[in-house]
Amino acid sequence: MNILILGAGQVGSSAAYDLSRSEANEVTVVDFDGDRLRELQDRLDIRTVQGHAAHPQVLTQAGGGDADIVIALTDSDEVNMLACQVAYTLFRTPTKIARIRSIEYTSTTRLFSPKAIPVDDIISPEQLVTEYIEQLIHYPGALQVLNFADGKVRLAGVVAHRGGLLVGQELRQLRRHIPHTDARVAAIYRRRADGNRDSILPEGDTVLRENDIVFFIAARKDIRVMMSELRKLEHPIRRVIIAGGGNIGYQLAKRLENTNQVKLLERDKVRARYIAERLSKTIVLPADATDEELLAEENIENTDVFCAVTNAEEANILSSLLAKRMGAKKVIALVNRPSYTDIVERQNIDIAVSPQQITLGALLTKVRRGDVVQVHSLRQGSAEALETIAHGTPETSAVVGRAIEDIKLPPGATIAALVRDGDVIMAHHDEEIQPEDHVIVFLTETDEKYIRAVEKLFQPSATLL
Amino acid sequence: MNLSPVQRILGALLMAFSFFMLPPLCVSYLYGSAVTADPWSLQFLMHGDGAARAFIIAFAAIFLTGVILWYPARSGGRHGKQDLKIRDGFLVVSAFWLGLGTAGAVPLMVAESPHMPLTDAVFESISGLTTTGATVLTGLDDLPQSILFYRQQLQWLGGMGIIVLAVAILPMLGIGGMQLYRAETPGPVKDSKLTPRIAKTAKALWIIYLIITIACALSYWLAGMGVFDAISHSFSTVAIGGFSTRDASMGHFEQPAIHYVAIVFMLIAGVNFSLHFIAWERVRISLPLEIRGWRLRVRTRRRPLVPSAVLANYRTDSEFKAYLRILFVLAVITIGYLHFVGAFSDWSESFRKGLFHVVSMGTTTGFTTGSPSAWPGALPVMLIFASFIGGCAGSTGGGMKVIRWVLIFKQGYRELMRLLHPNAEIPVKLSGRAVPSRVVEAVWGFFAAYVVVFAIMLIALMFTGLDQVTAFSAVAASLNNLGPGLGEVANNYASIGPVAKWVCVLAMVMGRLEIFTLLVLITGEFWRK
Repeated sequence: MNILILGAGQVGSSAAYDLSRSEANEVTVVDFDGDRLRELQDRLDIRTVQGHAAHPQVLTQAGGGDADIVIALTDSDEVNMLACQVAYTLFRTPTKIARIRSIEYTSTTRLFSPKAIPVDDIISPEQLVTEYIEQLIHYPGALQVLNFADGKVRLAGVVAHRGGLLVGQELRQLRRHIPHTDARVAAIYRRRADGNRDSILPEGDTVLRENDIVFFIAARKDIRVMMSELRKLEHPIRRVIIAGGGNIGYQLAKRLENTNQVKLLERDKVRARYIAERLSKTIVLPADATDEELLAEENIENTDVFCAVTNAEEANILSSLLAKRMGAKKVIALVNRPSYTDIVERQNIDIAVSPQQITLGALLTKVRRGDVVQVHSLRQGSAEALETIAHGTPETSAVVGRAIEDIKLPPGATIAALVRDGDVIMAHHDEEIQPEDHVIVFLTETDEKYIRAVEKLFQPSATLL
Repeated sequence: MNLSPVQRILGALLMAFSFFMLPPLCVSYLYGSAVTADPWSLQFLMHGDGAARAFIIAFAAIFLTGVILWYPARSGGRHGKQDLKIRDGFLVVSAFWLGLGTAGAVPLMVAESPHMPLTDAVFESISGLTTTGATVLTGLDDLPQSILFYRQQLQWLGGMGIIVLAVAILPMLGIGGMQLYRAETPGPVKDSKLTPRIAKTAKALWIIYLIITIACALSYWLAGMGVFDAISHSFSTVAIGGFSTRDASMGHFEQPAIHYVAIVFMLIAGVNFSLHFIAWERVRISLPLEIRGWRLRVRTRRRPLVPSAVLANYRTDSEFKAYLRILFVLAVITIGYLHFVGAFSDWSESFRKGLFHVVSMGTTTGFTTGSPSAWPGALPVMLIFASFIGGCAGSTGGGMKVIRWVLIFKQGYRELMRLLHPNAEIPVKLSGRAVPSRVVEAVWGFFAAYVVVFAIMLIALMFTGLDQVTAFSAVAASLNNLGPGLGEVANNYASIGPVAKWVCVLAMVMGRLEIFTLLVLITGEFWRK
């Protein structure tokens, strides 16, 4: 596939890296910054073109005429939209994806159509991150909560604690503990002596230990029950302090203010005023998130969650460390750099959220071949959960009409669940896959080879007889 | 420094190169069968047209050497498989060119005819691969066809670059391919890729190269050459090499049409291949069918063919325009002088011979008809100097490349303008775009290195006992990948001593790899960890 990426920022560069790993893709990156492009070209087998991302000459030079997908990821919403428009007008590019940050644009649905602004898929990082954090607050104790099948099935990652009923027992006991709910453990990450974690393939006789990170899949309504199996159920979160009143902070406050008690810290007075005018119940405090006295005054020791969501990741790390020390029960920080994430999660920060990973996951979903509906990357990209559709008949497909135990999956891959006609079916070994089932696959090896193998497995082929 | 990836790739490249012994072997059987009664006897298989054994031995020797190098390093030693780093690229390319030059000499040494000594065989092989076209052989007309074909094939492989070919067909190089590509491709700007994937870029270049070669062979054949000569000469023409299958070079063929065909294809091959590529792309997207994967499909987004758009990129390219202008001025001077001195009997012969040699020398091909070194006045020296300019960057031609001269000239002009307008902002532009000062600086660095290397080699050759004219022209012809020189080396290099030959060999490789790739290896910094 010919892929044109406009903008070589963090997401643009990671997307280029990810997409160019596959032999079949030809990636061209356009950016203003020649140095950044040169640095990128030294590392990756891609073509780079320096210039303005929306200029027709630049797009032509970047091979726009042959591009199958245009991904506009520049800093400016307007440039992104215009670039899609130019690509569509000049080259009839089949797929156009744009990152659009402003809610003012994304909330107007009629705007995006071939006749108006021809963007096929919108990626809005702030919105994705907001939803992500909202899920975490909704399920206290979870490290990560991801939706599949339009939210009918969720995948959650939890650190096992002594209070959990299943901890110290074999996994097959799960059925006895909660006979009426259907859930499945997809992967377990166990900490080694040196602090790194290994993935363990969950079997019936695997014994859960304390501090294991457990990923499980369950229907939405069962998530809470399942979590109580793994750790003492926490009290629902009530008091939330958000540090940073950018798009994410503002959106998050807006979503949470009706169910929780929300305080928002914003350093810029004008911005604080602006947010305060638009929120009804949130208490907006024009103050720095590292102001110790103010935090004490605002009862930081009684806060359930402290979210640091400013633009500066270093500030996020420091302010959440401070909040934790002052008694916040749980702290969440936005951290982009994968190398930071690792360090931070070993410290006292409970959850590091990487907007870059989230955006990339959303983006890759749209570029992936086959019928991949959803791709979520887990644990800083070291694992992946994807939802794909099984097409074809038993004659043309390697999966349809076969029991799950008979399907040859690449190493590290497990089928975690099926969604059939809107119902969730947990993947028991004798379950037969039927056409048009949504299959949720969990991969603990994110080698390009294995991901491709999974994608290929689900594509019907005429030669397979 | 980790040598394991270098060793692995070197081994693989040698293994791949060994297969190029097979086409001459086929030629050997093809021409051998005409004289032998029983084409299936063992003796025939070993003999062919006299050189079959040489190619079989060479094939086995080079393949085995490749295996010996590759096998221990195949999984990358104790650090696991590693990609090539930028500095490894220089080492692989230099080692490969030197190693290949030696490997390519094997059939010439083993064969009963010509049965050359090591120095001569390496000289001939390197001269072929670097598309220089200087030869130490005499009596080409009596050599086996397969040996003649082999020499032409060496030039053809070296023309577009044997490494570029390897990058195109060996998927294992990965990102390392870019490092190798950069170290081999001529020209000051090496980051421009024609397609996103380096392997595809290399493939595209070779496909265009192949198309031009086929067109050239057909044209030669239509102009009156035999099939064998047409194919052989098309190899050395499009590669801007200059080897011929005849002692008299192009002078062997009397038809003017053949000379004109040579002129046209030398001109085409001296142009930057990325221009050809862009033109070809414009044609390609207007074709009704396309190849995706391995299947032929109807093109979905087809655009109409606009002939003016196909030629537009040639018209706007500064280097291309300068290339034509330089050759035009040289041709006018040469033809005019030849005519007024009365070197040839009529206008048409002056025109044809004058133009032929200007293009042949100017693009650094080195074909001759007759002996231009005996031409009157300053013409022979002028033509040698023309080879310093050479072909365009990214072409198969040698020399310092037109684009560098354009940049140097424009910079000089800028200094003049600055004298007139001391405060003006005057960027150096190419094809309407400002050139980064980094590139201009690199051109001066290259220029300086070229001059220094030239001077050192000139003195070295004079110490071996050559006179100044011979030494000067021999270094120029080797470093610029031209071929024939003046004085003793006007026709061939057989008479110069072995030391002088080795100096020329070094000059040829340095010229082909544009000096820096080799020079970087002798810096201490390169070997430091």
